Amino acid sequence: MIFHLLDRLRELFRFVWVGLILVTGVTAHAQFRVEVSGVGLTQLPIAISAFRGQDTAPQKIADIVLADLERSGQFRGVDTAGFALDEGVRPDVALWRQKGADSLVTGSVSRLADGRYDVRFRLWDVVRGQDLGGQSYAVTQADLRLSAHRISDFIYEKLTGDKGAFSTRITYVTKAAQRYQLWVADADGENPQSALASPEPIISPAWSPNGTQIAYVSFESRKPVVYTHDVATGKRRLIANFRGSNSAPTWSPDGRTLAVTLSRDGGSQLYSIDAGGGQPRRLAQNSSIDTEPLYTPDGKSLFFVSDRGGSPQIYKMPAAGGAAERVTFTGTYNISPAVSPDGRWLAYISRVSGAFRLHVMELASGTVNAITDTNADESPSFAPNSRLIVYATQSQGKESLLTTTLDGKIKARLAGQNGDIREPDWGPFQKQ
Amino acid sequence: MKRIYLILALTAVLAGCGSTTNLDEVPVVDQTGTSVLPSGAGGSGSAVGEGDVTRVDVGASSQDAANVGRARVIYFDYDSYVIKPEFQSVIELHARYLKADKGRRVAIEGHTDERGGREYNLALGQKRAEAVRSALGLLGVVDDQIEAVSFGKEKPAVQGGDEAALAQNRRAEIRYK
Repeated sequence: MIFHLLDRLRELFRFVWVGLILVTGVTAHAQFRVEVSGVGLTQLPIAISAFRGQDTAPQKIADIVLADLERSGQFRGVDTAGFALDEGVRPDVALWRQKGADSLVTGSVSRLADGRYDVRFRLWDVVRGQDLGGQSYAVTQADLRLSAHRISDFIYEKLTGDKGAFSTRITYVTKAAQRYQLWVADADGENPQSALASPEPIISPAWSPNGTQIAYVSFESRKPVVYTHDVATGKRRLIANFRGSNSAPTWSPDGRTLAVTLSRDGGSQLYSIDAGGGQPRRLAQNSSIDTEPLYTPDGKSLFFVSDRGGSPQIYKMPAAGGAAERVTFTGTYNISPAVSPDGRWLAYISRVSGAFRLHVMELASGTVNAITDTNADESPSFAPNSRLIVYATQSQGKESLLTTTLDGKIKARLAGQNGDIREPDWGPFQKQ
Repeated sequence: MKRIYLILALTAVLAGCGSTTNLDEVPVVDQTGTSVLPSGAGGSGSAVGEGDVTRVDVGASSQDAANVGRARVIYFDYDSYVIKPEFQSVIELHARYLKADKGRRVAIEGHTDERGGREYNLALGQKRAEAVRSALGLLGVVDDQIEAVSFGKEKPAVQGGDEAALAQNRRAEIRYK
């Protein structure tokens, strides 16, 4: 009964939201801004026709797909004004070639008798005049955006050869009017759902490798304490509440272990702890700060931040502890490591002339590039396909989230919420 | 008095509209929420989608009257954990108080200014808190009476990025439990 009420509230909320959109004239396409910089980009020109029937559906599927593809940095939208082609139509490929497109997406949205929506699409190679395939999904209204993201994944994989990460989720924290909330949202920042609300800060959320739980640090008991939180049920487990501070949780790739920073034995030091809770095992022992542990994708090593050399730098050591090797050598402040799931790249924040900027290192060569020109970047996290990074930054005194390609050339600001948005973490691929 | 409330809120939507609805308060931490099952691809047409999230609400912590009206803040220089001479008298005052009442417990809460990462600042604030704990220990306060914790840059005393504000935020606060 309670959940009927919840459904009613959701419906009401959607109605209000749609109303706001009509009033302000915002479309799905305009909900974020893609900022392109740099030259010599090779982007695939793609035409996404309006889906037949999408005007009466609550989500504009074609707009969401185009926004996804543009945000990836690998596609450029071709104007389709005046067209609404469904998946059954064989398109005039010469016309679309003439408009400058290499590919075309057609589709439809229709309401089923049981209230769900039937979403269909087809991808065309208009250069070769070839049908590259299509799919259909029967989804609830709440999953219409998800169906659009799955279409984006299909197109992305067909045309680039890489797996798309559009139908994944991100988590982040907002602070508004001294109230902190942990959110779970689509990878484009839309469709946010609140997982935790607290009058005290929440930091360092980290998805479990299977995407069902988030570990984070909450200050709700007037000190930093680590929880794991099942997002579907809201069930929370206190993982680390030892004397002193408990922070910086990170999951091993098999999901069985968390590495954390504890001060229970004096100083900020690294420990591992079973994901189900239990006694921590100390991973290193020294008189310096060790924090921000992060498992490598093979689970064999940990990146972490330490000031053992006099300034905070990123190091790497065996996952069970052992000899550490230094990873960053440029600059006097390198923190918040994030490793790409393919193991090729390390993103981190480096202080350069007083500005905290996102940097990307190619691990094999050690080559480093600064990929932003902002001054207060924080908390980078890779998309599960290793092609984009989400991070937090400040502009005009407000904290917001951006995605960027690894070369920094294509950036997009994620959909806005009220207040400051921070601490993003990109979740894993979803099971389909 | 430390009480943690876990509040299962069904009012996320109403709260978003600025309403102040009463929340059901359910005590404790390892709490099983009621699950919202995914409807799945072959679902029955309910409006509950695949990616649903159940929200948890946390209540406010309480304040103790012992923390009012006594000098209990120690300020630090940038990138420093050294207790400056002018704060020695504050430390001595609290050491006397704690030695006279072995039943009293304090938390030393370390803070930093807003520059840099959240987790690294948490570790820096911890160093400040532990510097104050050590100073109290040198004056004979039993270690069991003191817990050193950090808020990093999460709870600035004052807002703003100018040097005066930054200096106000680099601090350790002594708080009686």
